Amino acid sequence: MSVLDSKVPKGPLDQKWTAHKNKINLVNPANKRKIDVIVVGTGLAGGAAAASLAELGYNVKTFCYQDSPRRAHSIAAQGGINASKNYQGDGDSNYRLFYDTVKGGDYRSREANVYRLAEVSGNIIDQCVAQGVPFAREYGGQLDNRSFGGVLVSRTFYAKGQTGQQLLLGAYSAMNRQINRGKITPYNRHEMLDLVLVDGKARGIIARDLVTGAIERHSAHAVVLASGGYGNVFFLSTNAMGSNVMAAWRAHRRGAYFANPCFTQIHPTCIPVSGDHQSKLTLMSESLRNDGRIWVPAKKEDADAIRNGKLKPTQIAEEDRDYFLERRYPAFGNLVPRDVASRAAKERCDAGFGVNKTGEAVYLDFDAAIMRYGKEKALISGQKDASDTEVRVLGEEIIAAKYGNLFQMYEKIVDENPYKTPMMIYPAVHYTMGGLWVDYNLQTTIPGCFAAGEANFSDHGANRLGASALMQGLADGYFVLPSTIGDYLADDIATGTIPTDSPEFEAAEKEVTDRMAKMKAGKGLHSVDYYHKKLGKIMWNKCGMSRNEKELKEAIEEIAALRADFWENVKIPGDINTKNQELEKAGRVADFLELGELFAKDALTRNESCGGHFREEYQTPEGEALRDDENFKFVSAWEYKGAPKDAVLHKEELVYENIEVKTRSYK
Amino acid sequence: MKLTLKIWRQDSANSKGKMQTYPIDGIEGDMSFLEMLDVLNEGLINKGETPVEFDHDCREGICGSCSLQINGEPHGPDRMVTTCQLHMRSFKDGDTITIEPFRAKAFPVIKDLIVDRSAFDRIQQSGGYVSVNTSGNTLDANAIPINKQDADSAFAAAACIGCGACVAACKNASAMLFTSAKVSQYALLPQGQVEATERVENMVRQMDLEGFGNCTNTGACEIECPKGISLENIARLNREFLSANIKG
Repeated sequence: MSVLDSKVPKGPLDQKWTAHKNKINLVNPANKRKIDVIVVGTGLAGGAAAASLAELGYNVKTFCYQDSPRRAHSIAAQGGINASKNYQGDGDSNYRLFYDTVKGGDYRSREANVYRLAEVSGNIIDQCVAQGVPFAREYGGQLDNRSFGGVLVSRTFYAKGQTGQQLLLGAYSAMNRQINRGKITPYNRHEMLDLVLVDGKARGIIARDLVTGAIERHSAHAVVLASGGYGNVFFLSTNAMGSNVMAAWRAHRRGAYFANPCFTQIHPTCIPVSGDHQSKLTLMSESLRNDGRIWVPAKKEDADAIRNGKLKPTQIAEEDRDYFLERRYPAFGNLVPRDVASRAAKERCDAGFGVNKTGEAVYLDFDAAIMRYGKEKALISGQKDASDTEVRVLGEEIIAAKYGNLFQMYEKIVDENPYKTPMMIYPAVHYTMGGLWVDYNLQTTIPGCFAAGEANFSDHGANRLGASALMQGLADGYFVLPSTIGDYLADDIATGTIPTDSPEFEAAEKEVTDRMAKMKAGKGLHSVDYYHKKLGKIMWNKCGMSRNEKELKEAIEEIAALRADFWENVKIPGDINTKNQELEKAGRVADFLELGELFAKDALTRNESCGGHFREEYQTPEGEALRDDENFKFVSAWEYKGAPKDAVLHKEELVYENIEVKTRSYK
Repeated sequence: MKLTLKIWRQDSANSKGKMQTYPIDGIEGDMSFLEMLDVLNEGLINKGETPVEFDHDCREGICGSCSLQINGEPHGPDRMVTTCQLHMRSFKDGDTITIEPFRAKAFPVIKDLIVDRSAFDRIQQSGGYVSVNTSGNTLDANAIPINKQDADSAFAAAACIGCGACVAACKNASAMLFTSAKVSQYALLPQGQVEATERVENMVRQMDLEGFGNCTNTGACEIECPKGISLENIARLNREFLSANIKG
């Protein structure tokens, strides 16, 4: 019997959540005023949770490292948010959204959590519209939808290529309402450095004021971690520069199990790396695959000529192009899920068909869409015999209206006009499905410590479908946590304010200050970035899009050695007690150097290929992922025992009662 | 390319700052402006000097963290981009580039190129929201059709990233473009109508309290805005404000 209790309620799938809400404990409004909650991270999950909890009457403190909650990295999400509204009448339903999500995650997510997600998805859209989020609309005034990968319906709501921004500003506005009422106290430019446990329960955090350098103690009756994912363990990713694993990792060190760290999403459509100076990678939204076709030259000599600058992509005839996604996956074509698309692009580039200088890029071509839209527009505006040039102009206008900001971003970075020549794209680290293990109530293995959004592991299995991250963040924050946290806090109505002068706070603060002093005492040989880049190279080369036993073992050794080197030799200029960005980075990289090793260990343990985790030893003759449901249909939850090599594996067996587990096929 | 950087250095909010000159070499056109500063900082760290601090996060032009007054212009010489999207191909070998923090009384310097823009947060807190509970028990999202043009205009106003370039560009350090963008987003949507009067009054009051200057319709804000927020929003704010005063 596993020590992990998922606490999934009994009963039929579609009634679990309602039945659960009817049974769990409530806290009366007068008592909520006596209860404090800390929320770390102010993205969609954290911002929504903070606003909702404050609105219920709890006293909320929010923490974010940015100068304003509005800048959390949810802001950068581009394409959209899924909801099973079935506004298009194309047969969508809660069950279909649930089914697509479980299948998309390659049967490695928890059924009940995913169904709940689908069940509340429609409400999210209602909520956001009521807040004044300006979603895209049709001419009749109704909300518009687009399609995303891995599904056969149009269920994605969007606001141009800035959906995350608009949803986050919605959550931020809900937070502002509560800040104005005095129910949320925001601590911006603050970073959580440790979790404080009193009598085995999460009772507060140690935070650093990033402006003054002061170490602060903050107590609460519960702590919500909504601190995002850990993609920056790869150094280069689409995450923000500051995105980090510190809050989740500190909780892990205090007893929260870390689940499925090796489940990482490599997004197929990002702007390729241009050189060693590169600090981050930029995503080109999956929504572009609605209209863009992905290809490489069918002939190797053409690919060579393109790489040498002797040929332009527009000069390659239609029959000499290999639309490899359409070829391999005729049913889903360019809209296969991200893991499948990424691996297919890598396969072509590894085989020598890549199209940029480094050979690591494929084309994303809008020419066909421009002409198709242009023709339609010409017809409805009465130009029955428009020339190709006229059609092209009209088509470009339509593409600009749909994806203008993305095209502008591309042009700024690459210095090429994507309306005239196909975009070059390559996969990049984007999202982490793994995270803190949580039960159905989103509680970690530490009582009173909850995890929401990308920081937890629960809903996306081994691969997340496009436009589902925003849905999960807001579902957790607006609708799940506000209910489930009350069940836990019902026992705390008579506790009173948690004092911060206890030995537990004392000890946690000392550990934090000792750690910083130790870091600062390094010999000063190399900068923090030096180590971060080295770690990123190991991760990308040996724990990236495809993995094998030999290289994972090497990665484990290399990361452990790099970590030892870091603690001995890192160079941190400036003082501890002032604003010091290098010190901030050092603390984050120190945690990545531990997480990276656990990541590799997790990947080594999972002897199968599923979703974003592709082990070269386990594939079909056609190169598709080969899952092993008999031996690996479980969640890996790692318990901290000191060094990552000593971490202990606990398994949560996954039970599928409402969906047939079968080989995922998009052919 | 080889460049000469003149950068504002200031230890803390209360210390005196000054421009300092740094020669830099090996900069490529494909680098972003912030990646060029990364190169500078790596060099400074290796030499045992203190790196230059600047705000940045998403590095794709959406979070609004990065600021910087580059050669006297917020976000530098290119139009419709933030500093993180500015690439070094916009400069020439041998150029001298001055880099300063955004300058405004309401944006005090924290360190080097980092300023405190929390005044923007306080303006939003004073009324930049619709007072609806997050219970999910609202109308169906399609219950109120919204004219596409209004929805698109509301979106265009809501695209503001809160970077503060409008304030830095304005000779009066006015925050009218920022405030009007938020007021406009709600003024254009039915959801925002109920609280329209209070919203505009409260937000304008807070804006004045923060020490931003007055708007004299120069339009520098619109030119420098990386998101193309239009001056029409200011006109709309003025109409909303006037009508709120009449309703009083």
